[in-house]
Amino acid sequence: MAKQVVQADGTRIIEKERAFSWKRFMLQWEWLLLLLLVIVNVLNVSISPNYANTNNIMNAMRDFLDKAIVVFPMALVILLGEIDISVASTMALSSVIMGMAYQAGVPMEFAIVIALAVGAICGFINGIILVKFPELSSMIVTLSTMIIFRGIASILLETASVGGFPTWYKSLGWGKVGPVPIILIFVIIEAIFFVYLVHYTKFGRRTYAMGNSVLVSKFSGIKTDYVKLIIFTVTGLLAAVGAVFLASKMGSVRPDVAKGYELDIIAMVVLGGVSTSGGKGNILGCILSILVIGFLRYGLGLVNVTSQIIMIIIGTLLIIAVAIPNLKSGFGNINWIKNLKSNTKNTSKNTNSINQ
Amino acid sequence: MNNLNFKKIFSDNIREISLILVMIVICFFVQFRSNGKFFTTENISDLFTETAVLAILAVGMMMVIITAGIDLSIGAIMALAGMIGTTVLKENKGISPIIILLIAIAVGIVCGMINGALVSKLKILPIIATLGMMNIFRGLTYLVSRGSWVLQNDMPSSFLGIATGQALGINNLVVMALVIYIIGYVFLNYSRTGRKIYAVGNSEESAEVSGIKTKRILWLAYTIMGAIAGFAGLLYVCKYGAAQGETAVGYEMNVIAACVLGGVSISGGTGKVQGVLLGALLLGLLNNAMPLINISAFWQEAIRGLIIVLSVMSNSLIQRNVEMKALRRRNI
Repeated sequence: MAKQVVQADGTRIIEKERAFSWKRFMLQWEWLLLLLLVIVNVLNVSISPNYANTNNIMNAMRDFLDKAIVVFPMALVILLGEIDISVASTMALSSVIMGMAYQAGVPMEFAIVIALAVGAICGFINGIILVKFPELSSMIVTLSTMIIFRGIASILLETASVGGFPTWYKSLGWGKVGPVPIILIFVIIEAIFFVYLVHYTKFGRRTYAMGNSVLVSKFSGIKTDYVKLIIFTVTGLLAAVGAVFLASKMGSVRPDVAKGYELDIIAMVVLGGVSTSGGKGNILGCILSILVIGFLRYGLGLVNVTSQIIMIIIGTLLIIAVAIPNLKSGFGNINWIKNLKSNTKNTSKNTNSINQ
Repeated sequence: MNNLNFKKIFSDNIREISLILVMIVICFFVQFRSNGKFFTTENISDLFTETAVLAILAVGMMMVIITAGIDLSIGAIMALAGMIGTTVLKENKGISPIIILLIAIAVGIVCGMINGALVSKLKILPIIATLGMMNIFRGLTYLVSRGSWVLQNDMPSSFLGIATGQALGINNLVVMALVIYIIGYVFLNYSRTGRKIYAVGNSEESAEVSGIKTKRILWLAYTIMGAIAGFAGLLYVCKYGAAQGETAVGYEMNVIAACVLGGVSISGGTGKVQGVLLGALLLGLLNNAMPLINISAFWQEAIRGLIIVLSVMSNSLIQRNVEMKALRRRNI
């Protein structure tokens, strides 16, 4: 079936409706992630016979889900074509302030609210600087706020740590509803919310539009500043949520908490197929990549692989993930990669353009 | 005519002049507050020696940033090069320090070439590529060291002399930094390749169209950065007398800060060697001055971050002002 479509620039194109193709469907990035996930889990099961029981898997998930909380908003930031490397410092600052508030006699419930507010303010600061100075790259801005937030945390607590939280708070990180950890329930709800937000609302479509071109989005009536500000504030807020769970799990807070988490979080997003140049990617990929990296870490931990080798493996995975779509332009023509590429860029191949 | 020229020189170098003014103000403030502890020969030579490694790295980082890239892996490259160099030294005590230096530079070049290949050939965003390689290099450092340290008593005095020795009454590190700045200045301003780096940073497409092999230039920039990081890594290890897995963690942030303070634009294409030198000196000055006036170590990080963010913001305000002026001039 051919259908005539008038494009934004006035040229008319005849678009053949794309028939469902198994080939294209199977070459999606998510299948590769799923395959990786299966491989990782098969390896884990073969290494440790006790691995495959519900209890162990649930415990394994509890280990990495505090990072997963921040992965979804980070995916939004990267979809915008920006980056936020201050999230780990935001986590540190908000948990430190929560600990100090509790120590000063504030009830734990309010201390948590304060932590969330601090996180949101941190995100808002990043957002407002980027909105007011659009010519600055988000990397350099969040790099300096990363130093500042961690710096404030260490001014506040120096080298001390705060602990002795109430027992109900500890059960936030360790507790379970039936066999399911509380944190997993939270992440599932969050994931559903983000799938809805990114793929089924105007806000999500606007994010994609801005990731492709901020200028075009602005001229087509999207309040780009507003969208950017909200996304950065939400990132800060959810970093604080992650910090609340993390502090609950660790039982105490220190200024150097969550050091280096930003790398893991960005790695999860990028491995999930979100393009770092913005505008491409989906939440399903992020969910799968959280599971891949999480279980990989857990499995490597089971066989006593040192954290240094885990570092090398995660770094390699990150680079391979971003390199695969670009392999063709780098080293000659490789057929299946070409398919993969045309699959992500669903233009030009199926359209004929006619001049008006 | 003369007057006009003076004005032009002033407006072209407004950034450098204001940096120098800020530094003078800080110097006198610290001198006053610390009861004269600042302007002593010992402290001044300390200041320059402490800043030398940072300043050396800033030249390389500047080239990378001019190409609109960034290199987050240099801290890890420093650690890896320093660790491999000193491990070789530990096993063959009699080896000449020059060979160790060459080994470290070679390690740096290999690391830099990997970064460059990822960025230029595979077109990976520099921040992601070097973030990943940072992990890999850091992990390799642990693997090489097997978790142990190489300490000062494993290093012969001829090796330690690299950092502590003097040439013409000036510390070796400072001399090396000066030499590298002169080479960097000539390379970036008067060599064809140096100008091509600026061209690629301004617009990769235009550079490609005008016949510059942009991929090769990008690759070169990261390789030079790697070589400098390897060199600086060995100096760092030599200066502090210990090589370990955690060597120079987070050092890349200081180097990027020095570049940004020196007026190198993160979006590429602009930056001066003299500006970067001043940026590195200002950062070194802050590090040196804050303990003198009893600012606790816990405050220093936050203050440094604040200075970076304020400087990039004021930088872009100046830039906007310049552009507005240019527009107004066109109207008349």
